Amino acid sequence: MNAIAIAAISLFIFVIGYRFYSKFLAEKIFRLDPNYVTPAHRFKDGVDFVPTNRFVLWGHHFTSVAGAAPILGPAIAVYWGWLPAIIWVVLGTVFAAGVHDFGTLVISVRNKGQSIGTLANKLIGQRAKILFLFIILILVLMVNAVFAWVIANLFITFPSSVLPVFIQIPLALWIGHIVYKKNSKMLVPSLIALAIMYFVAIISAKVGFLQIDLVKYMGGADAAGIFGLGAVSTAFFIWIIILMVYVYIASTLPVWRLLQPRDFINSHQLIVGLGILYLGLLFTNPPITAPMTNPGADDVSWFPLLFITIACGAISGFHGLVSSGTSSKQLNKETDARFVGYAGAVGEGVLALISIIAVITLFPTKEDFLATYSSFGAASAGGLGTFVKGASQLAAGLGIPVEVAATIVSVIVVSFAATTLDTSVRLMRYIIAELGVEYKVPVIAKTHVATTIAVVASSALVLIPEGPNGFGSGGFLLWPLFGTANQLLAGISLLLITIWLKRLGRNYLVTLIPMIFILFMTLWAMIQQVVFQWAFWGSNSSPLLFIFGAIIMGFAIWIILTAISSLRSTDNTKIDLDD
Amino acid sequence: MMLDKVKQLIAFYEEVLSMPHRQEIARELRNEDDLFLLLLYSEMIGIPNPVYYYTLELYPYMIEKFHDWHLRMGMEKSPMTGIRCC
Repeated sequence: MNAIAIAAISLFIFVIGYRFYSKFLAEKIFRLDPNYVTPAHRFKDGVDFVPTNRFVLWGHHFTSVAGAAPILGPAIAVYWGWLPAIIWVVLGTVFAAGVHDFGTLVISVRNKGQSIGTLANKLIGQRAKILFLFIILILVLMVNAVFAWVIANLFITFPSSVLPVFIQIPLALWIGHIVYKKNSKMLVPSLIALAIMYFVAIISAKVGFLQIDLVKYMGGADAAGIFGLGAVSTAFFIWIIILMVYVYIASTLPVWRLLQPRDFINSHQLIVGLGILYLGLLFTNPPITAPMTNPGADDVSWFPLLFITIACGAISGFHGLVSSGTSSKQLNKETDARFVGYAGAVGEGVLALISIIAVITLFPTKEDFLATYSSFGAASAGGLGTFVKGASQLAAGLGIPVEVAATIVSVIVVSFAATTLDTSVRLMRYIIAELGVEYKVPVIAKTHVATTIAVVASSALVLIPEGPNGFGSGGFLLWPLFGTANQLLAGISLLLITIWLKRLGRNYLVTLIPMIFILFMTLWAMIQQVVFQWAFWGSNSSPLLFIFGAIIMGFAIWIILTAISSLRSTDNTKIDLDD
Repeated sequence: MMLDKVKQLIAFYEEVLSMPHRQEIARELRNEDDLFLLLLYSEMIGIPNPVYYYTLELYPYMIEKFHDWHLRMGMEKSPMTGIRCC
């Protein structure tokens, strides 16, 4: 089996899924109506509600949902061998993610473009909305913690990526300024910025003293750092503090000043990255050295953890927020929902697929793979570094020198992760403020108070849990938690669509089955980790992770109970389709 | 022929990029507008404000905008008896 064949077969299944399954959904289940007046036309205000060409909307939708998560998850999950990971990405995208993204878009369009949180309030009740807010709060908290750790890890592994990543900040500020103040076009400036970044990346890959290597400054990995920590731990500590200070500033600035210009640069990077990887795959046709399945991986069972490790790229609740929050307000025709929602999910699947292929073709022999992926912990900690090396090997097939390619790929991944971090800290601030208003504590609704809470909570989550590799390595224990929180969100969205379809008297199995599957996996994984690992009697006790895991477990049980009660209820009042 | 296609592609990409930005700018403008309306409105119900001298002249220009504003704020009917937009 060679890598091109795997990619071709998977892409072919994606195409078949879009061609037939999404068509079936559009015609038989959601019954899209080309003449339906979408919210974009009905409430047209030139700000939130703007009818948009479907290709433009798809582009925007795809660049909003594709980030570092669909790269990192699969890069960890190949630990159990490449076959389960590929199968889950392909089938998950076709039968779960596609349905979920498409469904959230349709249900939102049919409900005045309201977001999933508001719909939860309407279809299930007041408690559902608060629960929903808390789940999102946990999700963004996990994102902050995981991605801060991921970025610090990449900075330490690839010191040449530090400078180009930091160059991006003034460049983004410059773009924001000229576009906003001078009203110029943004394509050319953002391409110039990208060129400068990659130029700096090439230079710093070649020139030693431009590589900001904290570990080397302290005298190598075995030297002592501050507070009695080792050099690597100290480097982690310093990077995480710097990152947290950065996100504090970035998330309190106006959106157009830093966050949006970074998004422009990142959407170029997404195209560059996908282009380089798939072209590199075509040109080099690398052999697959990783095992098809890994029977030696018995420290953590693939069932259910595989389905949690790959969340983005197979199904992700975060997409529902984008679908129902922004895209649904800009849908020109209801029939466009199939393209925007379903094909958006397929785009994410394509990214996850190349991430898997980059990792499984990297190693010269199977033994090397097994040495790197020796345990689940090692896979989590090294997954992203392995992806960067694998991707740079694919890029080398296009004649790009390996060390330059490694720098550029790590710059791409860090840029994605950093933008995700900005956005999620900002989201967390909004939610804390909303909860403050909800529970009559107006003081925490203030911008700086809410941001401080967000940043401090995230830092605590990264820095406190003790991982096997010392300080800061507790971070990768959080990845499964991030996955579960994300899947819970998807579970709620699928539940809402199921209830809605049931009340319309239609076949709701298309969303019920993925929902049951996801909730079952989430619950199972959390029971395994919370009860047997993180509890104080467990094998790897950690009070903080235990608390978070227990909360997520409680939420999962609550959703399941709600689902049972609302699906069994005789409340079959037909709902108005245009409500 | 080929060049046209490339131009089309670039224009399309530009549009994808500028979509969120255009939205953000529109939102900022709208907020400014709302503030402006608030000033005029406060003047109408007799709270002193610095721009009060000019406001009555603007009433005919404002009435439509005021209508949009109170719909946005979630009020079905005009909240003021003085302004009869609906």
